[in-house]
Amino acid sequence: MSAHDSSTHDGSKDVVVHTSDTLPERFSNPGHPEHHLRRSDQDPRANKRAELQVVVLFLISVIGTIGFLVAYFTVTPAGTPSSIRNSNLLLGLGLFFGLMGIGLAAVHWAKSLMNDHEKSEERHELRSPEPVRAQAVEVIQEGVADSAIGRRGILKGAMVSALALFPLSIAVPLIGNIGGNWNVSTLKHTMWKKGTRLTIDPTGRPVKASDLTIGSVFHIIPDGLDKTADPMEEKAKAIVLLIRLDPRDLKIAPDREGWSYDGIIAYSKICTHVGCPVALYEQQTHHLLCPCHQSTFDVADGAKVVFGPAKRPLPQLPITVDSEGYLVAQSDFHEPVGPSFWERLK
Amino acid sequence: MKALAARRHHRNAPVVVTLLALLTTGGLYAALAPSTAHAAEPTANDIAAGGKLFQANCSTCHGPAAGGTASGPSLVGVGAAAVDFQVSTGRMPMAASGPQVIAKPPTFDAKQTAELAAYVASLGAGPAVPTAEQVDPSKGDQATGMALFRTNCAMCHNAVGAGGALSQGKFAPPLANATPTVIYEAMLTGPQSMPVFNNDNITPQEKRDVIAYLVAQRSNATSVNDLGAFGPVSEGLWAWVLGIGTLIGCAVWIGAKSS
Amino acid sequence: MTTTDSAFPGPVDYLDQRTGLGSAIKTFARKIFPDHWSFLLGEIALYSFVVLLISGVFLAMFFVPSMNETVYHGAWASMQGVTMSEAFKSTLDLSFEVRGGLLMRQIHHWAALIFMAAIVTHMMRVFFTGAFRKPREVNWVVGFVLMILGLAAGFSGYSLPDDVLSGNGLRIADGVTLSLPIIGSYMSYFIFGGQFPGTQLIPRLFTVHVLLVPGLILALVGLHLFFVVLHKHTQYPGSGRTDKNVVGFPLFPIYVAKAGGFFFIVFGVIALMAALFTINPVWDYGPFDPSPVSAGAQPDWYMLFLEGALRLTPGQLEVVIAGFTIPLNVIIPAMIVPGLLFTALAAYPFIEAYATGDKREHHVLDRPRNAPVRTASGVALLTTFLVLILAGSNDIIATQFQLSINDITSVFRVLLFVGPAVAFWITKRACLALQRKDRELVLHGHETGSIVRFASGEYIEVHKPLNEHERWLRVGYEAHRPIAIAPAEDSRGVRRKGYRRDRLRQRVSQFFYEDRVEPVTPTELAAAQSHGAHDAIAQAPDALPQVESQPVGGGQHLVTPNAQVTPDERNL
Repeated sequence: MSAHDSSTHDGSKDVVVHTSDTLPERFSNPGHPEHHLRRSDQDPRANKRAELQVVVLFLISVIGTIGFLVAYFTVTPAGTPSSIRNSNLLLGLGLFFGLMGIGLAAVHWAKSLMNDHEKSEERHELRSPEPVRAQAVEVIQEGVADSAIGRRGILKGAMVSALALFPLSIAVPLIGNIGGNWNVSTLKHTMWKKGTRLTIDPTGRPVKASDLTIGSVFHIIPDGLDKTADPMEEKAKAIVLLIRLDPRDLKIAPDREGWSYDGIIAYSKICTHVGCPVALYEQQTHHLLCPCHQSTFDVADGAKVVFGPAKRPLPQLPITVDSEGYLVAQSDFHEPVGPSFWERLK
Repeated sequence: MKALAARRHHRNAPVVVTLLALLTTGGLYAALAPSTAHAAEPTANDIAAGGKLFQANCSTCHGPAAGGTASGPSLVGVGAAAVDFQVSTGRMPMAASGPQVIAKPPTFDAKQTAELAAYVASLGAGPAVPTAEQVDPSKGDQATGMALFRTNCAMCHNAVGAGGALSQGKFAPPLANATPTVIYEAMLTGPQSMPVFNNDNITPQEKRDVIAYLVAQRSNATSVNDLGAFGPVSEGLWAWVLGIGTLIGCAVWIGAKSS
Repeated sequence: MTTTDSAFPGPVDYLDQRTGLGSAIKTFARKIFPDHWSFLLGEIALYSFVVLLISGVFLAMFFVPSMNETVYHGAWASMQGVTMSEAFKSTLDLSFEVRGGLLMRQIHHWAALIFMAAIVTHMMRVFFTGAFRKPREVNWVVGFVLMILGLAAGFSGYSLPDDVLSGNGLRIADGVTLSLPIIGSYMSYFIFGGQFPGTQLIPRLFTVHVLLVPGLILALVGLHLFFVVLHKHTQYPGSGRTDKNVVGFPLFPIYVAKAGGFFFIVFGVIALMAALFTINPVWDYGPFDPSPVSAGAQPDWYMLFLEGALRLTPGQLEVVIAGFTIPLNVIIPAMIVPGLLFTALAAYPFIEAYATGDKREHHVLDRPRNAPVRTASGVALLTTFLVLILAGSNDIIATQFQLSINDITSVFRVLLFVGPAVAFWITKRACLALQRKDRELVLHGHETGSIVRFASGEYIEVHKPLNEHERWLRVGYEAHRPIAIAPAEDSRGVRRKGYRRDRLRQRVSQFFYEDRVEPVTPTELAAAQSHGAHDAIAQAPDALPQVESQPVGGGQHLVTPNAQVTPDERNL
């Protein structure tokens, strides 16, 4: 890091110093430059013209506001996109001219007509002068002496305790209630259980195995979701993607034999990264892509991660077919769905 | 170049697999689908003319009997809908290989496309080209369509169909210029990366609802310019370039000395 | 009864007797503020905040902060019969059924984006000109806190309509909260009042958005401006400007008109954007439902750096220790990286003061080139944020430029580390080069483009020396040198206590000030002028034997060297 050349570092080295006795070490501030008059200061016609421009700009504002009011009363947004578009455009343009006219007029006035001689004002150091500081210390010392707080240890302790404790009467009820029932173990379970039918989101039609052709993907919610106490919370955990692959393409882990049905396989739709719905299925590559952060999962191979910021595969929902041919869950997921959290494996 | 070539090979394999899958789909569809009224049954002449076009333009990759080769999948059983989608959007015949086959001005006119479709459909049963009534946006309900689009399509095609990115350079195309028929066929046949949305997943009526939503969406902008409907990124760019840019310009004017 | 010959008319007299208004007018009405466009950047932030308050009050009249479910039967066709929250429904109603409501909503959102952008540009101005130096360090921290509060205001407001896009943003916020070791799941319950999404969040965010955060912002804006008045505004270097004075125009009438007018200009530009451009069309995204998501799922621009950090961090970082999960793939990008970047930003004035060892007050700003390491550090920090913001937009970049999202992500992973380092190096070298150019100009003057020929046949170009104002701008700065410390051992060879601490400080100081370019001194200038033959001519043009005026490089005539150029460019 020593790329600096010597001439810039120490300029006196490579020049012959003739007059260093008489010249100062640094240049000094030359003081305020001369003021230059504007055209409108010198030419009365230019001055008059500038004034006229300001007046016109203010008038444009007046016309803009009148235009706004006319548009407000005459252009009704009647529910069609085009009427909404027109209303928005005309009101907006009216407001724009109403505001811009004032703004440009005021600035133009200031620039061309108001006195433009620069003025100078002195600054003073912010630091209080020494005598004031001494007085400040004295004042505080007097106050401390008046209260005698220095000599009353027990009083001090009692005061500190009281002040430290009283916020609890606000904090305890707040913290007690703000997290609902604080039962974080519900994060680990969903409403899927043995025999719950897989139904199409959002219509709720149950799905038969024969409904799926190879290459198709169904967005699935559990049957009876509407009847639960908190459908949104349940749905946020229970959504599933149901995909049919050619059984020959499917790699099934030994501990997951029997979790799929004839190439039909169900995975949680919630990303194991931070919980977006993973929904972009590329049927040629069998890859599932999350549109939020591009985690990519291989559906044919246990939904393991092939790219992106997620670490874990999507949890698989074990499925089978009931006596009527409808697809049903064998059980809940065997692991918590969604993003990782501290105690998810406990 | 080497890497590119390797990728190209790699990419074709899934195409073959998928179109095989489509074949199965077609079979299943034929078995399960309610018989739809076809607008005009293709004549033997159409099929013959289509066969000629096929031999001249498609057989190099798809094989003389459309049975597939190393460079193109079998088309037996893909149905007229798949042919109409691929040919009418100019995706087929394919011009250059890339991460995915892209749409371009079609090579064949409507009549030739219909003949090709008739020929391929004659090789094995598959989804037919939808009738005008099936894709009539005025008969669909855009609110239902929007709900379906939101759950099944928006993650790739963006909330209003402005398109979006897939992995490895692939993308879900914008839908602003897709005809209702093409939208219907895409759902039915699942071209390229797109999954299949058969009639058990999204019923024909629901498909028409989706079309109604997408068509309505084209004139649904609530301001003069919707900034491409790409969401907060383009909004942020405009806030900086136009908003802060203009305001700094004004500030420079305010701060400059009047002459 | 007061005196009847008062200078005040009746009502002012009445107020003055009760408030001492007269003294305030005397003190403040003609207070001097320096003039420069970059001093208006903070005003853009302030005025867009006022626009936010005005439009926000309008919106609050019609918005219903409730997550109760309702069915829509309003004007918008693609939402007919859709189940949604009251919050979402009222957002649709205030946009489509309240006349001017959509305009106000778009004004509010555009103003929010411009508010944050203006805060960032204002901070950049303060940073690069060294306006944060003593006595303004505390005000820098106040401004920093205001920026953080701006982020909080933006994020809480963005989520209020309860649409799919912002709902997924909240879901990400929940995922990030859950990642906190030990307390993660409890913090998530704390925010959402139970499990995500719950029914409490919108009302809670509403209170945060309309009461808590704006209240804090207002209070701190007051403090921020109080400090500006107390310290008096900084000024750019130039003739007649010193640390002991402030040169400019009086508050009344110049700044009443200029700053007052600028408010209308800011409001006007925002209104124009709201008139022309759609922003956050929640009816396109639909009411929140945990299942859907749309391509282009991003937060507003000021949160994009977090999104980018999350996108770039590889998943392998998640670890399980003794059965407890520690998702470092979330903790690092969402907490540690922003924590470090923001701490560096907030602490910068103190770091620089530590390296400089300078205890004086500074009211004349630095030209950015005269503080190379500061300028380079600022550019490096901005580069880091820029890479993260671009990474947060990688899917849009992929579709717009037909690139592979995987490749973009990999490139940004490298750029995040290489980019800031390269930016630092380039900026520092550029600053030093500009300083050398200033030296060159002061020593040798302007090239005039006029060629003269001597009787001997020698040709030279005439250089015109700088006038005193031009010169002062280039030599008036102070080049700090690394601090000197006492040696490690005293004269008797005993190791000094506190040497290590001093040595560390010296190292920091060397990092800042090792490479520097000193301003030209009068001695150097005199030497240069006596050395350079052509400068000698420039000083005495009458002595020229022959003059051949040749238009070279645009010059037309031999300029009389004594002619003074106007000093108006002194702040360029």
